Formats: sequence, structure tokens, C-alpha cells
Amino acid sequence: MPASLAPVFEPGFFSSSPVHVALIVGGVVAAVSGVVGTFTVMRGQAFAGHSLADIGTAGGSAAFLIGISPLYGFVAMNLIAAGVMEMIGIRRPRGRDLATGIVLGAALGLAALFLYWDTTHSSTTGATINVLFGSIFELPSSLVPVIAVFSVVATGIVLLSYRPLLLSSLSPELASARGVPVRLVGIGYLVALAVAVSLSAVTIGAILSTALLIGPAATALRLTKRAGMAMVIAAAIGVAATWLGVLLAYDSYDWTTGHGWPVSFFVVTLVFAFYLVTDLSVGRLAGRRRLR
Amino acid sequence: MDSAAVPGSPPILSVEGISVWLSGREILHDVDFRIEAGEFTGLIGSNGAGKTTLLRVILGLEAPASGRVLVNGRPRSPRNPLIGYVPQKIVLDPDMPLRARDLVALGLDGHRFGLPRRSTAQKALVEDMLDAVDASGFADARVGNLSGGEQQRVLIAHALISRPRLLLLDEPLANLDIRSEQEVVELVARIASEQQIAVLISAHDVNPLLPVMDRVVYVASGQVASGTTEEVVTTEALSRLYGHHVDVVHVNDRILVVAGHDTAVHHHSDSRAR
Repeated sequence: MPASLAPVFEPGFFSSSPVHVALIVGGVVAAVSGVVGTFTVMRGQAFAGHSLADIGTAGGSAAFLIGISPLYGFVAMNLIAAGVMEMIGIRRPRGRDLATGIVLGAALGLAALFLYWDTTHSSTTGATINVLFGSIFELPSSLVPVIAVFSVVATGIVLLSYRPLLLSSLSPELASARGVPVRLVGIGYLVALAVAVSLSAVTIGAILSTALLIGPAATALRLTKRAGMAMVIAAAIGVAATWLGVLLAYDSYDWTTGHGWPVSFFVVTLVFAFYLVTDLSVGRLAGRRRLR
Repeated sequence: MDSAAVPGSPPILSVEGISVWLSGREILHDVDFRIEAGEFTGLIGSNGAGKTTLLRVILGLEAPASGRVLVNGRPRSPRNPLIGYVPQKIVLDPDMPLRARDLVALGLDGHRFGLPRRSTAQKALVEDMLDAVDASGFADARVGNLSGGEQQRVLIAHALISRPRLLLLDEPLANLDIRSEQEVVELVARIASEQQIAVLISAHDVNPLLPVMDRVVYVASGQVASGTTEEVVTTEALSRLYGHHVDVVHVNDRILVVAGHDTAVHHHSDSRAR
């Protein structure tokens, strides 16, 4: 074990060291992504999830322009986008892709403009990289409480509406007959998704946040036939991939002198590896005897 | 005709003068019928006759242009615990991490917010319900991996666990082979009589339901005729309903409804008439 992991469990863990912040924030965000992502996969909203991340870049880059944390920009932009998508028609399966695509296109145009201004006007060349690929080692520790609040909101919505959400994800028809306010539950979920995606966008980046949202959840669904357990497994896989990714990225400073590799690369690669290993082993099992 | 009715008690379902317009077209016109407590009723009509729309109005998922639906003598409330519902052809994703027993349990508390905490009594009720529909053998299988007949039984348990007094089933026999068809009909009839539940079951063919049906509600041309099979499924009554001549023919205990003067035939599969 590298010495860099030794202080993890010591007092001062919540202090300002970038590694500590990265481990705390990364772990929390990965867990939230796992919980929320399980329903993203079950509801077939992966496109909406990915689009929200891309849409958020408009907010993230705008936040850079005015000098506040991109997190606020991401959350604000994603909530607006989620609202517009809902109004255009995310309820109908086909209208959903249409609504998502339309909002995505418009927001990416804005993102292009803001990112251009970020580089020209304020000469912050890091803005594009930060927004698109994350900045887990540069997060100020003052942001930790904010991230905690957003995490509680996103996870809280999913956990508190767990049963109505599960039933309406299975069949909106069955759910509304049972008295579930299907539309309200769907809107609530979209808010949770918008927040979760914003959180992972500031850690591993807007472009890569889909990997953390979908990958661990898709892996979990291969491993269990219980929705609650799937959320736990997805969260665990996400946290493991993120912590290992942070560790490897930190170590990578020694691989090539002075230049560490991006955390996002390691996290996403690990998530993909988890899925591949699971898929191959479960697939082989299923080949031998049909799993029900 | 209202053999199961307790004198003085209101009918469990009373549909009064219901008209429904969808996208500028009148789907149902002035539909009237009632179902007494514990009665087994078949809602018969060809595809597109308006059976699903009628069920959706009864459930409160569709608003009628006029008329009203009374459940147990009272206006229907949006979340009516007196009604259980098994929708038509729902596609259950095989990747969905949900076991048969989870779906049955969601029939009990799927509308409730907050973290699920199920009592021992509720868990026992889920077991009883799985038992009642002969689903214990595959209770731990993913619902999406079950056969059509097995899914149908789990959905019936999901609808019945909240102890409704009226069970609506939308085309539960569609896409089933003849054996599963008979199994589902017998199962529903058995549970309905054991638990004193009225049943309204939609089908395009009257024959599979003949052995168990107390009453038939026949839908055609946006209107209905209701009564016993002997009263409704006759040449006179159905000709009046369709607005042109149809022949009702009894062949080897089967009932065939044949359009007169043209070649359209409502094909009915075999079953025993009473």
C-alpha cells in the first residue's frame, strides 16, 4: 500500500488536503450516482442522464465566467433543463428522447459560447478541461458541505419515493391504477437526476459523468434481482472505482515526472472493467444454466 | 338476474350514462350497466370496441364527457382501494431487478412514500397471496423472466393483495395458449368466489368465460348490452347492438357470432357453454 493512503483514517481527514477532499467528495458523489443511476437504468433514461451532464456544461462554463464554483452553474442549468424537458414531454417514451435532444442541442450551443469566452476573455485556459473532465483535486474544501447537502437531496428523493418510483418504472399504467402520482414521481426523479449528474460533473467531469451514473448501476443489475440491493451494489462499485481512481491518479505523479494522469481516466476505466468482468462471468454462468 | 345481490346493498359498480370522446371521436355513447357484489362479469367486444377505454374510465384514468361511475354507491375516488386492476399486455423488462414477490408486495404499499418497512403480518400476506395464485414456485424469479401466464398470475396477486371488492382485468387471456387461458379463468373465478370479489374481465371471445360468467356486458359500436349470456348473446340483441344483422350460432357448446349478409366472422375458440 502506498504511504499516501496512510493518513486517510487519521484525525484531520476532513482538513483541506486535496486528496482528502477528493476521497470524501468522490466517494459521496459516486454513492449518490449509484443510487440515482440504478433507477436511470431501470427507467431507460440513460440518454436524459448523459444529456443533462452535457447541458450542464453551459452552466458550469458560465459559472467560471462570473467567478463562482462550476457546481452552482451545473445545478442551476440542469434544473432548468430538467424543467424544460418535462414541459416538452419527457413523460411519453418517444417525446422523451425528442425533448432531451432539443434541449441538449440548445444548451451545447450556449456551452460552446461560454467556453470560448472563458478562454478568450478571462484567459483561464483550465476552464474547458475543468468543466469537461472534472477537477476533483482542485475542489475547495469549503464546497464539501454544499456537496453534502445536494447529495442528501438527490438520495433523499430517490429513497423516499422508492416504492412509487419502482412501481412507475416497471409500469406507469400499473402505478397510476394503484394511486401513484406518476407524473409527480417522475418530476421528482428528474430533479434527483439533475442534481446527481451535476455532482459527478464537477468531480469526474461533465463528459465522463455518464460512466459513473450508468456503469455501476448496469453492473449491479446483472448481479442482483432486488432493486434495493442493486442500489447498494451500484454505490459500492462507484465508490470503489472512485477511490481506486484517486489513488492511482495520485500515484501517477511518480510515473511520469511532474505530470499526473487525470483521475477521470482511471475512474471510468475501472467502472468499465467492473462491468466487463461481471458481464463475462454472469454471462458464462447464464450459459451453463438459465438464470431466472 | 342479480342473483348475487344482497337486497338493499348498492351494486359494487354502477356505470351511468357514460360517454367518452377521444381525439374528436366518440368512443363510448351513453353506456349503462351495473355489477352486483361478487358477480363475475365478462366485458366482451372486438378489438377497438372501447373495452380498455371503459375500464380506464372506471379506474378514473380517463375522464368521461358525461355520465358517472359509482363504486359501492359512491362517486369513484382517484385512489380507490375497492378496485384492483390488471392492465393489458404490460411489458416487463427482464433486466428489472424485481422478484415476483416484490411485485405482489408493491400491490400492498406501492403508492406509499418513505422507506419500505414491511411487518411480519404483511410478509405473511404476500406469501398467502403468492400461494393463492399458485405462484410460490417462482416467487423469487425476476418478473421479467416469467412466462405470460405466470406474469398474469403475479399481476392478479398484485391487484388482489389490497383486498379490493372489484377486480378489473383487461384482456388477461390475450397472448395465452388455450391451457393457460383456462388456468387463468379458473384461478380468477376460484379466488373471486372464495374472497367474495366481483370481477369485470375484458375479452374479445365470450367462450373461455362461459363456464364461470354470471353476466355479460357486450360492447359494439360504442354502446353496450348487458345481462345474462342467454339474454345478450342472441341474434336479436346483438343485431340491435351492432345496428345490422348478425347471427348467433351455437355449435358443439360453442357460441359463434356471425355477421349476416357479409363475410366478416367473429371467430370464437372452443369452450363449453352452460
